[in-house]
Amino acid sequence: MNPVDLYMLAGIVITLIALYAALTRAHLFWKVLAINLMGTGVFLILLAAPSRRTPEIADPLPQAMVLTGIVVAVAATALALGIALRVIARSGLPFLPDGDEEDQGSGGSAGEASR
Amino acid sequence: MTEFELWSTVVIFGPLLASVVALSARPALLRAGLVLGSLSTLVGSAGLWRAVALYGPGRHPLGGWGQPLGIELWIDGFGVAMLAVTALVGALTSLYANSYFGDLSELSVRDSPAGRGARFFAPLWLLLWTALNGIYLSADLFNLYVTLEILGLSAAAIVTLAVSRQATVAGMRYLLVSLIGSLLYLLGVALLYVQYGTLSLEGLAAIGPSGPIPAIALAAMTVGMAAKTALFPFHAWLPPAHAGAPAPGSAILSALVVKGSFFILVRLWFSVYGGGSPEGLILLGVLGSGAILWGSILALRQVSLKRLIAYSTVAQLGYLFVMFPLLIPEPRLWNADAWTGGLLLAISHALAKAAMFLAAGNMSYAVAEDRLTSISGVAHRLPMSFFAFGVGGLSLAGLPPSAGFVGKWLLLRSAFETAHWTWIAVIAVGGLLTIAYVLKVLRYALDRDEAPEDFRPVPRRMEWAAALLALAAMALGVRALELVELLLVGGPFPW
Repeated sequence: MNPVDLYMLAGIVITLIALYAALTRAHLFWKVLAINLMGTGVFLILLAAPSRRTPEIADPLPQAMVLTGIVVAVAATALALGIALRVIARSGLPFLPDGDEEDQGSGGSAGEASR
Repeated sequence: MTEFELWSTVVIFGPLLASVVALSARPALLRAGLVLGSLSTLVGSAGLWRAVALYGPGRHPLGGWGQPLGIELWIDGFGVAMLAVTALVGALTSLYANSYFGDLSELSVRDSPAGRGARFFAPLWLLLWTALNGIYLSADLFNLYVTLEILGLSAAAIVTLAVSRQATVAGMRYLLVSLIGSLLYLLGVALLYVQYGTLSLEGLAAIGPSGPIPAIALAAMTVGMAAKTALFPFHAWLPPAHAGAPAPGSAILSALVVKGSFFILVRLWFSVYGGGSPEGLILLGVLGSGAILWGSILALRQVSLKRLIAYSTVAQLGYLFVMFPLLIPEPRLWNADAWTGGLLLAISHALAKAAMFLAAGNMSYAVAEDRLTSISGVAHRLPMSFFAFGVGGLSLAGLPPSAGFVGKWLLLRSAFETAHWTWIAVIAVGGLLTIAYVLKVLRYALDRDEAPEDFRPVPRRMEWAAALLALAAMALGVRALELVELLLVGGPFPW
């Protein structure tokens, strides 16, 4: 196996592990971290892509894409952490409540009591 | 500079500039931003409509740099139709928002939670508008990714402008789903780039992606976009988020934002992959049917007005996916009725759902509550909002002469032509369930015994905005032919 394929495989594995973590971890900080890691995995695939196709020529396009992707990830992380802090401020816990909180007339108080 | 270049620039940079203007803390500039954003998109999409009708699909190589090195915009009938409906819904919702947040716009209350809504709704919404317009004009996979992320971030931020704990939690969940969905899409983009070394939709369509890696890429992108479009069974995040946002935010999220990722799905499956695989199309149709039935049943069971409308969005989005298998009944054959019918439903849903959410916003604005029982008798105090909700709901249910009727009729006709009886049954049952939950709301609102006591007067503009949207949904059915012609420019396979 050549190094480029190894990068690619590593990228796919990292993406999938991070996706699993983002779906299963309950703590909001872990979720945000996992989503960041998932982005990193995808970036690794993108960076390996041109060397796999044309090993002799450098392709600037994936680098531009990854750079843009990093900028997007910074903005997304900042917003996600900001909203997470507000969730903690409102509910006292860094978790999302299980399932959909049915507002059967009683609104937030029922959800609050069940926590 | 061609007409395509001029108006596509106006339609994207207008709302972007407006969003920067609206970031200012001065109420006058907030209003100026909303006016600038509305005018530029209305005029720009009208200009693009004219250009597409005259010359067919067009392109705009930004800065003179075309593909593959530069970024190109692509303008066809489908994109322009979505731009135009976004402009109409967006302009009327902006008018509504101006009054909805208006009594708070003494920004001395900036630090209070309510003041935050008044301060940040306009810039976020204008940014969201920029992203939507960008999606509808994008010609390459990566530009779609960037606009999609701007859309997702600004939409989640709008949900959290509401102060309640549920809205904050719903906004957090929405943001997480949205980010994971975007990254799954980017994973697909990366795999396609590995295989073909191009991002251009047109270039990929010319190659005709096939084989295992493109198939995995399509699957990843489809799951990501389906999660963002809240296709059953990924719909659980939608009702709390759409119901939790402030009223104009609910209208925008339900009417417009979910259509952005739907648009990308249509582009991918048809324009790029040429129909994908028949099994995949049927699977999407089955999930759409599940959405119609399950969403409608849950809508019927809701006790809160905005929740009911949000579940109705889950159901109505299902119709858009029933279009997928009907559009390609056999390989290499596409059905024009299914194409125009399905997209007319998407457009009429945007108008009708915005009308319903704004009307519901008026009712709960008046009685300061959102439970169905608390709006009893409100029809006698707010006849115009009641009318808007009713007309919007009937358009949703597909009663003539609404646009929903024309769309459903075309979709049914395409199913008859190809003898797809299952889809016909689903479309019919879904229509009956829609009437049932719309009537449930109307019955509460018409209740004469309990007139609401604490009644806050609703600004006239808020009533007018909802009523005009409902009228547009009805009137569109009368003038559907122009829209059908527009949608056929380029069709599902523009390249």
